[in-house]
Amino acid sequence: MNLKPETLIKIDEVITHYPEKRSAMMPLLHLIQEEVGYIPEEAITWVAEKLGLQPINVYEVVTFYPMFRRQPIGRRHIKVCRTLSCALRGGYQICEKFEQEFNTHRGAVSPDGEVTVEFVECLASCGTAPVVMVDDDLHEQVDGAKAQQIADRIKAEARQR
Amino acid sequence: MPAPEQRRIIFKHIDESGYSNDLACYLKHGGYEVLKQAVTRPPQALIDEVKRSGLRGRGGAGFPCGVKWGLVDRRSGKPIYLIVNADESEPGTFKDRYLIHQDPHQLIEGTMISCFANNVTQAYIYIRGEFPHGARILGKAIAEARAANFVGPNILGTGYSCEIHIHRGAGAYICGEETGLIESLEGKRAYPRIKPPYFPAVLGLYQCPTIVNNVETLCHVKHIAEIGGEAFARIGTANNTGTRIFCVSGHVQRPGCYEFPTGTITMGQLLNEVCGGPLPGRKFKAVIPGGSSAKVLRFGERFKGRRKVGADLVDFDWGVEDLPMDFDSLALIGTMGGSGGVIVMDDSVNMVEALANINAFYAHESCGQCTPCREGSLWMKKLTTRMVHGPARAEDAALLKDVADQIPGRTICAFGEACAWPTQSFLAKFGDEFKNHHETKQVPKPTATAALV
Repeated sequence: MNLKPETLIKIDEVITHYPEKRSAMMPLLHLIQEEVGYIPEEAITWVAEKLGLQPINVYEVVTFYPMFRRQPIGRRHIKVCRTLSCALRGGYQICEKFEQEFNTHRGAVSPDGEVTVEFVECLASCGTAPVVMVDDDLHEQVDGAKAQQIADRIKAEARQR
Repeated sequence: MPAPEQRRIIFKHIDESGYSNDLACYLKHGGYEVLKQAVTRPPQALIDEVKRSGLRGRGGAGFPCGVKWGLVDRRSGKPIYLIVNADESEPGTFKDRYLIHQDPHQLIEGTMISCFANNVTQAYIYIRGEFPHGARILGKAIAEARAANFVGPNILGTGYSCEIHIHRGAGAYICGEETGLIESLEGKRAYPRIKPPYFPAVLGLYQCPTIVNNVETLCHVKHIAEIGGEAFARIGTANNTGTRIFCVSGHVQRPGCYEFPTGTITMGQLLNEVCGGPLPGRKFKAVIPGGSSAKVLRFGERFKGRRKVGADLVDFDWGVEDLPMDFDSLALIGTMGGSGGVIVMDDSVNMVEALANINAFYAHESCGQCTPCREGSLWMKKLTTRMVHGPARAEDAALLKDVADQIPGRTICAFGEACAWPTQSFLAKFGDEFKNHHETKQVPKPTATAALV
């Protein structure tokens, strides 16, 4: 497992937050996923060793929490809220819009590798429904026009790379 | 009767222009003065203030905060932990998001006062994974508070020390259940623990006494320490003290968070006056009053009975619009105030589709530990999804009820109730729509209707 020195420093620091090392499981997985983009197989044994656990103890956590991924995703992650308040305000149509814009379907990486569009459960911003998270950023009251703007910006940023 | 004025205590600075989430701004508005006062008092005096205040937990169950603190095992000699439940995940609830992003120091001050009162030396803020910016903002705020000696070793020269660390979740709803949250914080799957012991206050994190409180609850503690428990108890109504933040979403003109003295506003005032009523040309059809697991109410139904007002028993005859928005009144009519998330549906909504949406949520979020919940939530989802996207049958309503009725009371945690109540209440209140769905679904819908599943 080759992690950047700064990630390793953060990992060693976060372990000190807890009286029992095992508690650092989720923080470690978050840090690894932030650097690698997903949780590769070797990370499971690496985390187990780091925390003095068996790989199964890590594996069961990775497979339990929806945010931990076992495969890479697109360079950008579009998460559309699926739950009731957003659906009442058009969340399903917004998700379809993104699927069309990037020629993909829910859960899959777009053919150009640029985005993964996904439905997620409640993002706790029901008052400004429908909401969409692009990577770490929340977009509120996303109607068709706003979804178009978001998609255009992602495409423009991709061209600049 | 016109709606009462909002009384913004917890939300005082939310969306205030010029108010920022840094320490300098918080101090300018009198921040941490209450903590400075609190650490000069005996800890038990602070616990007594909270008991006198009658503060009830704002996470969903409405359990009295002072009682929860009173259950803490203080004789075991083990460290006492405090966990801030910032895993806001009940659909329809979105108050903590604003408190964390816009006023993190209010939460930290409330947390530190609660820690001091309970002799806690290590607190964790369990924040849901979907708030990455919120976690960063809290991290920065804690660092600022630590630099100013409000958090960390020897706080304000008193000899009392307490650390706060942030722990990020990873998208699992069940982490809002306090024993599931504790398991998660221990680095495991968030499987809720078997009860007894009933309260983490006895055996919680690392088998030590642990207090788990909601973000809003801890913010209230700051104000209780400031004005005193008795003054706080005078806000709101008896047994439903202080203010309550209602998060209104769905089909209203002005969705959002609104803070009122508890029990002083009715559902009708909240939805029609505060939130501007239904969308143009539409009528209210149904409302879920306390987060998506609370039982749904149908506009037009009436609730009759007797209730206690002070020492007297009085008759009540309420429509949905007349319902006082407090824990006890909502419990009285068979639903709950829960987390304060009010989800409104108008006459464009097909209730089978709405239930299919809710069922998909609960099937996705069941932790899988108990068979009735794991299988039941999945079958309720499969049934309602099939009714919408495949063939619907008149007998589906009875089948759904049969599945739902076998879940509550047969699971380790309250998720069993949470996932069954929507199906049970939708069937009880809108049974005809379920029985007739095979016919109504043949009628084409206006193109503007939002798909729900």
